[in-house]
Amino acid sequence: MYIIITYCLFQVVCWRAVASIAWAVLLLLPITAVFVILSRFSLLHPIQTFSGQSLYAGSQLVVTGCFFCVSSVIPTIACSKIALLGQLLHPRQFVNSLAHCIMGIIVAWCCAVTLGGRYETIGYPCTQGDGTDSSPQMCLNEYHLILLLAGAFVGFSHSLLAVISNINYVSFHTVQQYKYLRFKGSLPFVVKCSAAQALYSVRNYIVVYFFLGYIPKAWICKTLNLHLNSSVHPLDSIAGLLDLSLLYHQWISASFLLFTWNITLLLFRIFVTEVYSFPVQSSFTEDAHQCLPKVLTDKQPMILKFLALQDVALLSQHSPSRRCEVFSLSQPGGHPHNWNAISKECLSLLADLTQRLVAYHDTVATNGRAKSLSTGSERKTSSETSCMFPRPTLLLRTPASVFARFVVGTPHSPLTAPFTPDLDSPFASPALRRLTAPLDQCSPWFGTVQSPHIMRRAPKLWSTSTGERRLMEDVRSLGSNGHLKQNNFILNCPIQVKHFLAKRVLIMYLFNKLPEASSQALFADSQAHIWALEGLSYLVQASFSEDQFGVIQTTLPSILGCMLILQEAVDRHFKLPHASSKPVRSASGMGDSTYKTLRFALRATLKTAIYRITTTFGNHLNAVQMSAEHRKRLQQFLEYKE
Amino acid sequence: MCSLALFPAPLACGQTTLCESNNELLSGTATDHRLKQDSSPLSLYFPRESLKLHCRTESSSKAAFLDHSETLWMRSAAAWRDGGLTGLLNEITNSNTEVPKWLSVSSGFTLALLRWFSSFHGSLFPHLTMSSENMLAEFSQVLNWSDCVVRAFAWHPHADKFAVALLDDSIKIYNPKSATTPTLKHRLQRSVAAVQWKPMCASALAVACQNCLLVWHVDPCSLSTRPSSGCAQVLSNPGHSPVTSIAWSPSGSLLVSASPMDTAMMVWDVASESCVPLQRVGGGGVTFLSWSPDSSHVLASTPSALFRVWETRTWTCERWPCVKGRCQSGCWSPDGSRLLFTVQGEMVIYVLTFGDTPAGVPTCTSKGPQAAAVVADLSETTFNTADGDIIVGGEIHSLSWDPTGERLAVLLEGDPQAADRPAIIAVFKTRTNPIFELLPCGFVQGEPGAEPRMMQFHPNFQHGALLTVCWSSGRITHVPFYFLGAGVPHFGLSGSPSLPRPQERPADFANQSLFTELIS
Repeated sequence: MYIIITYCLFQVVCWRAVASIAWAVLLLLPITAVFVILSRFSLLHPIQTFSGQSLYAGSQLVVTGCFFCVSSVIPTIACSKIALLGQLLHPRQFVNSLAHCIMGIIVAWCCAVTLGGRYETIGYPCTQGDGTDSSPQMCLNEYHLILLLAGAFVGFSHSLLAVISNINYVSFHTVQQYKYLRFKGSLPFVVKCSAAQALYSVRNYIVVYFFLGYIPKAWICKTLNLHLNSSVHPLDSIAGLLDLSLLYHQWISASFLLFTWNITLLLFRIFVTEVYSFPVQSSFTEDAHQCLPKVLTDKQPMILKFLALQDVALLSQHSPSRRCEVFSLSQPGGHPHNWNAISKECLSLLADLTQRLVAYHDTVATNGRAKSLSTGSERKTSSETSCMFPRPTLLLRTPASVFARFVVGTPHSPLTAPFTPDLDSPFASPALRRLTAPLDQCSPWFGTVQSPHIMRRAPKLWSTSTGERRLMEDVRSLGSNGHLKQNNFILNCPIQVKHFLAKRVLIMYLFNKLPEASSQALFADSQAHIWALEGLSYLVQASFSEDQFGVIQTTLPSILGCMLILQEAVDRHFKLPHASSKPVRSASGMGDSTYKTLRFALRATLKTAIYRITTTFGNHLNAVQMSAEHRKRLQQFLEYKE
Repeated sequence: MCSLALFPAPLACGQTTLCESNNELLSGTATDHRLKQDSSPLSLYFPRESLKLHCRTESSSKAAFLDHSETLWMRSAAAWRDGGLTGLLNEITNSNTEVPKWLSVSSGFTLALLRWFSSFHGSLFPHLTMSSENMLAEFSQVLNWSDCVVRAFAWHPHADKFAVALLDDSIKIYNPKSATTPTLKHRLQRSVAAVQWKPMCASALAVACQNCLLVWHVDPCSLSTRPSSGCAQVLSNPGHSPVTSIAWSPSGSLLVSASPMDTAMMVWDVASESCVPLQRVGGGGVTFLSWSPDSSHVLASTPSALFRVWETRTWTCERWPCVKGRCQSGCWSPDGSRLLFTVQGEMVIYVLTFGDTPAGVPTCTSKGPQAAAVVADLSETTFNTADGDIIVGGEIHSLSWDPTGERLAVLLEGDPQAADRPAIIAVFKTRTNPIFELLPCGFVQGEPGAEPRMMQFHPNFQHGALLTVCWSSGRITHVPFYFLGAGVPHFGLSGSPSLPRPQERPADFANQSLFTELIS
């Protein structure tokens, strides 16, 4: 029953994906026409029949399929170079790259056929020898081969770039526009970015082909029993590669390939992030599972949860009639079920973020430096600390796909699970693993993360100094006691290994944490929190004049308290190094980099949300029950001094 | 229809408007006024001599250095960096002794072609040929912007403080409760056209500059008088300069900016420094933006005879072609249901009504207005005063409606050449409920020789409305209008300086033809 219920709503998302693919396939026709025109330079030339049309569509389907499997509303953030490398070498990524390569070859083959002329076939009859003992043979057409390999290379580099620039991240826009207008608005950017990416790919490809081109050439000749025509100039030479027409055709084919893929990506993003209006309440019980409060509180695929939160934020701003339904009471009983469900969910989201921030701040503040309390546990911790790859603890899996997987969040904190990067990768950053660990419900200290001593039980950051020093102290104490002297060497061994490794520049380069990456990872799913804050604050603002039954008033103290605690945690977080440094703006490529600035957006939204409540209620807030510390803080907001 | 003939005559020379009380505008002599005003901390005076101006532009520093010859490559690279394609072509054409003849000839030909094309484009949209300074002066809401000491002014929407942008490109923030007046300076802060505080925030101030947008974060508790330029976020987009108008959404979440050079209007998410361009065909740029107080609509006027009203939920727009000229200024009623606007070349104020209106008004449908109605005629009227005839009226430069919806201030351009046609502020009494009405109130005048340049109402004045006027002399004064609002109940007015009385319907105007929605 439950599966069926979620399936009904999930259909919405699936239909959107199907619609986006359908549009992309429809758009292939004009794109191919443009490609043919550009590749021939002649408007009068009659356009040939597109034999490859179905193949193009097939390639697009496979590539979008690949993309859908990995797309996610929450970005994956690698905290060190080694984690990024791990993502690149992940088996799933390998399959993805392979698929891209094959699709690249297929599209390049179609391009070669469409271009015709010297590119058309892989073999051609030729006469080998000096003319005296000439016998008809099949020779390799290198022009055809170079185009096919270019397709493979472009596909491969595209799949690698996709991982590096987080192309699978689907971000939601702050400005709601119609699909057509959004598409029209971003089309020039897609054209520009595909052309530029194709240019760089072709440049790299030419270099690679110049040095390594003989390998595939020999292999193809051997397997297909073709011969090399010695009378034709080989292409893997400077003179052969500097053929302007060849370069142009490579570039235009690569642009065509990348453009079809990018346009599919764009359409998918536009369709999936379109606003979906959930009903607030339904008069029929069988439709109740589709209502906003139910969707918000239940376990749902990530994308549905995000759509529901977006809907909450929009309804609270724009539609008085739906707000009225939120404030209404249930007919028999008179309970504000709708408001309770929405506010509870939003508040738990915010509380969860607060908890996460506090936990992070505590670990960074202690930074592994222990206040020696219990020596027994201390030793145990320190031995763990020196591990470069901590033992995999109980880890939560990342729902990497919008589609395939359903969230396995805890009932208290349903959104905590997916904020982590891909932890099943063998090289996932230890810091992130530790971050996920406190969120695990199974761990014995769930909910009491504020104590730094307990935090230490989790695997530590790999740091060059602290763990080692502590281990040395341990060793010294052991040695002075006279026990286990013979073990000194064994204990010292990992230290020396580590010393040795730390001196190697490459290792340091790979293992050093990227600045601000951990901060980015912490706020990776903050779009949900931003919507929760907006939704709550707009609803509270509207309740000042619209709430007939005083439904909001009972929750106002907890809302204010929650926001003020979060404000404090966010303020503390931004005082950490690297947290407030702005990321370098890189607008190139299809990768969406809005996740890098989510923490700033969250900070601004939080402040605005508190101000929205204080400006609406003004001095009436003095009648709200709250602690003295919160009142002091709220007074700052009331006086516009924050 | 309300016309200027119904207004009381302008004051005699030497008299300045002090305030409105008991339904009439009180005046005093200039010296009294100055004595009284100087005691209050918010009245400011910026004499032109006290400002240190930029005597040179950035590019003219070249003249101070010795001329030294570089290779053609270096010069071409520098020209490409500074002037783009046009600069490069120009450089190649000019150095025809060093380059092959075919190159210089072909680049000269391309340059001529480019110029011809841009002049063709410019003939379609004449404003594109203006320099950015002239463009700012042309489209600014400040009268005679280039010669104005105070170039922009903004009250904070919640707190009692304001920001003033001066001729020397600095911005000062005044707060009567604090002793420090922070001065904001930034390398990119040049030719400030507009400033606006972010609503629902204590510290953020958006500044429209010549090449970019700046968002300053001025900590209200900080004691620093010179916040570093690190406190400013720079928002820029290629092609989007000069910025002539900015508007924050009343909910404080979005910022829109407009440039006459860019056909797209930018919607900024300031925290993440990302923008969404909203582009439509026609108009050739965007000059003036105004966000309705209920945040449901945005007015965007263009340099041609066309303006748009955007709806902010799905960002679609209605096109409103004008007959005569471009939309010069506009303002929204406090509930966001009415838009008053003026058109360049016409001497009337139009109204557009949006949303659900009271029943019985036939002109409006639920979809939106079909046509704009004329509410006031401000054509030239001659008044006989003690100092001779004064002609008041003409084109309208800007409009401002107070947040309670009871007073409407109109800045009339006048004629700078003729002495008897001064620029003047006319104030109307307005009411929006149950029907829209416009009644004359009077003229606001300053000291002799000072012309009003810009005006703004205080966003939350307790005892009525407070109009802040920036004068051509560099003085900033505040004119209070004491009245009891019809809609909002006010309590505890005992502390007000002159006892306000409930607003009465003036009996002497009752039988004159005033504008109401029913008779128009």
